[in-house]
Amino acid sequence: MPSAFKHALFIVLPLIAVFAVLPSFYQNHLLLFNFVIFLILAQGVNIIYGFTGYLPFGYVGFFGAGAYGFAILVMHYQAPAPLAVLAGGVIGVALGLLLTPLLRLSGAYFAIANLAASLAVLHFVANPALENITRGPYGVSLTGTFNPTLAYNAALVVLTLTLGAVVYLKNSRFGLALQAVREDAVSASMAGVDVVWMRVIAWLASALVAGLAGGVYAWYVSVFYPDNVFSGDFSIFAIVFALFGGVATITGPIVGVIILYGIYNLIGFTTPQYFQLIYGLLIMGLVLFLPAGLVSLATRRGWHVP
Amino acid sequence: MCPDSAPILNVTKLAKRFGGFYALDGLSFHVASGEILGLVGPNGSGKTTAINVISGLYAPDGGEVVLDGVSIGGVASHKLVHRGINRTFQVPKPFMSLTVRENIEVALAYGRAAVAPPDMADLLDEYRLAEVADRPAADLNNAQQKMLDLVRALATRPRLLLLDELAAGLNPAELDWIAERIKALAQTGIAIIVVEHLMGFIEHITDRVIVMNAGKEIFEGKLAVAVQVPQVIEVFLGGEHAA
Repeated sequence: MPSAFKHALFIVLPLIAVFAVLPSFYQNHLLLFNFVIFLILAQGVNIIYGFTGYLPFGYVGFFGAGAYGFAILVMHYQAPAPLAVLAGGVIGVALGLLLTPLLRLSGAYFAIANLAASLAVLHFVANPALENITRGPYGVSLTGTFNPTLAYNAALVVLTLTLGAVVYLKNSRFGLALQAVREDAVSASMAGVDVVWMRVIAWLASALVAGLAGGVYAWYVSVFYPDNVFSGDFSIFAIVFALFGGVATITGPIVGVIILYGIYNLIGFTTPQYFQLIYGLLIMGLVLFLPAGLVSLATRRGWHVP
Repeated sequence: MCPDSAPILNVTKLAKRFGGFYALDGLSFHVASGEILGLVGPNGSGKTTAINVISGLYAPDGGEVVLDGVSIGGVASHKLVHRGINRTFQVPKPFMSLTVRENIEVALAYGRAAVAPPDMADLLDEYRLAEVADRPAADLNNAQQKMLDLVRALATRPRLLLLDELAAGLNPAELDWIAERIKALAQTGIAIIVVEHLMGFIEHITDRVIVMNAGKEIFEGKLAVAVQVPQVIEVFLGGEHAA
């Protein structure tokens, strides 16, 4: 059985199935939805960071742009919600295209420039002068499309597509070439790989994922302000979740989201003082002892982790 | 070897500047299919810069690099790989966290499309990497990483191969073995340019050498003749030995 098929059958399918049936048994629909959103975003970070080495501290820029892409289509063009979600993805890709010059940078310089870019987009959207288009700082209310059940299912579709992309990267020559670029761009070019093109494709793919996630998020919550959908917490959480599990794998970011976001919701609200302590210790322990993420517990023993 | 055939690569008055320093200053030479050409010279004479320009890592500041009649100066590296140029690095640069097999797979997949890719198992066997094929490149010793650099280059099906100090750090048995491998590669029609400091190795494998100093060619011909030329002795040993 080809490994891509195995990964789809034994990782993607069970995960989607679990999140598809959970709303029937568990009442906190918003929590489940947030899990799905963070699974998407952590895999989006995985695509750009795990496979090319660019750490996107401003990843939320694409998410927020996607949310506003959705909102503008619904508010001004009365577009049906699924179409507006697609528009969110397109807006994410368009912003990614606009920001491709950032890919000339590397390491901390890229991370800082990306963070600055996301703040610039936030302040552009929140500008009172654009009230007629974005509602500026006053936020948007999209009661006409409010339908949490459909939005949740749309999020599952986006998660499926995102996981499909990561399964492809994990099992294709294209994904291998991306990892080669991450390891050594000069050597990758001497292996015949078009380094610039590869980086742009991965960048736009991760922008598309976040844009679509922003679109379904806007659909689900319906009422939001610029500070909500451009909150740096989205970037930080997605990055920490992906790193905690282990990037450049399919399972690592999933494990990271389930464990860390699980802990966050188990004790984060009820006993925030312990949550902060445990969360901080967990992340410090990871950075010190498992910089390649939880999956490295297995890879160090020579086990193959999909 | 067939060094008398038409040149595959013609380098004419090549110049490369770093600030005010001319690393290459009007370098001209050619190499034919099946020929092994040595580039020798003291440190800083421009040998590696020449390889970097020919392989597309640096754009030239003057002169011309012509491959099979087509000017390729300033063309991106990966496009040159597709046209049949490849190289190894002084300090080997494998993809460290990928396995040896994955390192080669990338080059097999993205190399020159016009020629059928060689067999992975043959490459691993021929260059003594079969036993470590599924280990990360970071686990290999220096000699193995150099072989992996060479195999990655060969996996792209080159017509012109640039070897930058491939032999440095190898033991005598490995030197004899790699010398035979390089000669065998030339016999398949690949033009090979070798940059080395090991003169015995250069004399053993090359048909012809270019001696470089300060970015210029100061001698072209057999190495055995070069070592008799006062100007060559001067740049290697200093002026008082040249008389």
